[in-house]
Amino acid sequence: MPVITYRQALNDAFAEELTRDENVFLMGEEVAQYNGAYKVTEGLWERFGSKRVIDTPISEAAFLGLGVGAAMMGLRPVVELMFWSFAYVGFDQIINNAGCIRYMSGGLINVPMVVRGPANGGTNVGATHSHTPENFLANTPGLKVVCPATPYDAKGLMIASIRDNDTVCFMENTLLYGDLGEVPDGAYTIPLGVAEVKREGIDVSLIAHGRAVLTCLAAAEILAAEHGIEAEVVDLRSIRPLDEETILNSVAKTHRAVLVDENKPFCGVSSQIAALLAEHAFDDLDAPVLRVTALDAPAIYSMPLEKLQLPDAQAVVAKVLSSF
Amino acid sequence: MARTLSLPSKSKKTAPKKVVGPAASKVAAKKPAKPVKKAPAKVVSKIVVKKPVTTKALAKKSVAVRATQPTATAKAAAPSKVTSSDFSKSPFNASLKPAQKVGFLREMLRIRRFEQQALKYYNQGIMGGFLHLYNGQESVAAGTASLMNGHDEIITAYRDHGHALAVGMGMNECMAELFGKGTGCSKGKGGSMHFFAPDKHYWGGHGIVAGQTPLGLGLAFAIKYKKINGCAVAFLGDGAVNQGVFSECLNMAALWDLPIVYVIENNGYSMGTSLERSSAVNGSLAKRAEGFCVEWATCGGFDLYELRANLGAAMERARKESKPMVLEVSTYRYYGHSVADANAKKYRAPEEIERYKVDYDPITLWQNQLLKEKVVTQAQIEKIDAEAKAEAAAAAEFGIASPWPTEESIFEDIYHEVDHKTEAGQTGRFFFSE
Ligand SMILES: Cc1ncc(C[n+]2csc(CCOP(=O)(O)OP(=O)(O)O)c2C)c(N)n1
Ligand SMILES: [Mg+2]
Repeated sequence: MPVITYRQALNDAFAEELTRDENVFLMGEEVAQYNGAYKVTEGLWERFGSKRVIDTPISEAAFLGLGVGAAMMGLRPVVELMFWSFAYVGFDQIINNAGCIRYMSGGLINVPMVVRGPANGGTNVGATHSHTPENFLANTPGLKVVCPATPYDAKGLMIASIRDNDTVCFMENTLLYGDLGEVPDGAYTIPLGVAEVKREGIDVSLIAHGRAVLTCLAAAEILAAEHGIEAEVVDLRSIRPLDEETILNSVAKTHRAVLVDENKPFCGVSSQIAALLAEHAFDDLDAPVLRVTALDAPAIYSMPLEKLQLPDAQAVVAKVLSSF
Repeated sequence: MARTLSLPSKSKKTAPKKVVGPAASKVAAKKPAKPVKKAPAKVVSKIVVKKPVTTKALAKKSVAVRATQPTATAKAAAPSKVTSSDFSKSPFNASLKPAQKVGFLREMLRIRRFEQQALKYYNQGIMGGFLHLYNGQESVAAGTASLMNGHDEIITAYRDHGHALAVGMGMNECMAELFGKGTGCSKGKGGSMHFFAPDKHYWGGHGIVAGQTPLGLGLAFAIKYKKINGCAVAFLGDGAVNQGVFSECLNMAALWDLPIVYVIENNGYSMGTSLERSSAVNGSLAKRAEGFCVEWATCGGFDLYELRANLGAAMERARKESKPMVLEVSTYRYYGHSVADANAKKYRAPEEIERYKVDYDPITLWQNQLLKEKVVTQAQIEKIDAEAKAEAAAAAEFGIASPWPTEESIFEDIYHEVDHKTEAGQTGRFFFSE
């Protein structure tokens, strides 16, 4: 199987879908002639032309809203946010329009749009460029939220998201764009709402999404090598819909859960998972549910301190050990 | 009322010219074959096919104070009555059949009677929500719907009953929606501000001021993308022009040559704030479009002929040339911002409201015009009105008698994939209440 980057996997997904369905178009700042601020859309403008791959002005509210309007008419916009942090100037369009129009119209109108871009900290760019809004968006019934951790998942989830008839908020990660992984040629889909056990284990469940999954995998190696603890790593992949079954099955097996989340702790994704475990896994648990999340402060600029702000493998190991 | 606009507008006067220069040359550089974009001032006279005599008449008295704000005009002096004769010969009106003209009257009367019926139940406390009445503005929605070619798409804000009925939504489904009933057009999930009928090219019904303006852009984008022979018409209020997203839209509409007409329904007020207290104006709100290389015009919205002549030209240009335009239409609402607006008569003089009702009522004006043209008799008008009233009353009965939405329906119409039980709608949990 070909080994390609996360970035290339996404690029392949776009090429597949642009070829398959003429209603699909890509839009965003610098996505066309500049090849994408993070080169995720590289070569697509040359290949598919200006009608299908479109550079926008720096007007997130307008082009997100334009995407919603075009989607209402049956097009399938894939709208890039250079950073998900910039969604905040267009939040009205995502929440009130993409998120509510189907409901308010009694199901008469669909908004089959993908809004995508990187949503991560840890890149030394300060608070305004380091947001992880998956919790805000997943808090809105009507929206779907996806956070792939690997190249394989990125491609399969992207194709599924473009074909989905609801609005999908697709969160990538600039720190993952260069990661390599095995990715099949051609189109395939990974259903939204299906988590994956990325590592089997029996002693503790590490539950995460996005880059935190890789942090968990690294921690699991240390736990196994140095502490004889076999951790199971559950990759949520999709936040909403959420695969609760896989989470609960894992915890029923391991009796311990540590939630690892680059999202902030207060009303973050991990809060939702903790609530789920409190309600449905109480009897299975041998220890309290613990969390390792981003520190509860704006993302700091200073590099060594920023490293402290996000969960790393050592912090996860320490937290796991504290639960035994 | 004090008007403080003359000073700032004067100082701003030179600014647009400076901006237009480089922007126009950029356009020229991009498409060397085409001539440099003309100064909007010239365009106005081009778009407004017949020089808008009535608008002039409206504006005349206030020119010394400010330009074409009709509200100010009305306040300045008792305005002269509007006459239709000058626009009746416009290409958009000249070939109208008597039956069509009578049809427009029927539409306006239906809108008015529908809303008055709704008001009755709202005041009785049987109907909840907000109720933003369109009374006084009916000509704008009815005129617009009469110009739609079957491929045009329209979208508006929360003052949306008129547009809904004008495009052909039924009174029953609309009234039931106001009552929050399961038989409503949005199954009781939208309410007054959120009527939709995509099958009738009507995309709502939106509650966030100016939030619909980029959606309209998306409709226009899709029209162009799919090579449809149509245009989008997006309505917004005189208050909505001050939302940033609208400026973004104007830029993108011009940049991408999108076939959209933004119609500013200028009724002089945004809630309790008069136009002069909310907007820096140099002549008109529409003129702001100049800064974005978007052509613009203003017209009166009281007379259906005038509205149709101007909007018809704007829509045709959008369709044929795939170009955006801003059309500011002067109009007036009789009731408060919403029925719950307790200050409805405090921020404007009751005499002002009365003056509009007497001299500018679009329905009265149209009736008089049709009587003059002898295409309808007084008796026929009364019959049409009686029918509209009866239809509205029956709709209210329908709404009241209709069942509430079922509890299960709370979780319907959120996700397409869930509703349709597709594969994608069955993996994972979608709703998180126990
Ligand atoms: C973003 C936002 N801010 C404020 C409001 C509250 N609000 C609703 S309508 C309105 C006035 C808008 O006036 P205008 O655009 O002139 O439209 P009109 O009501 O006259 O039709 C305000 C302030 C809102 N709905 N959305
Ligand atoms: Mg207004």
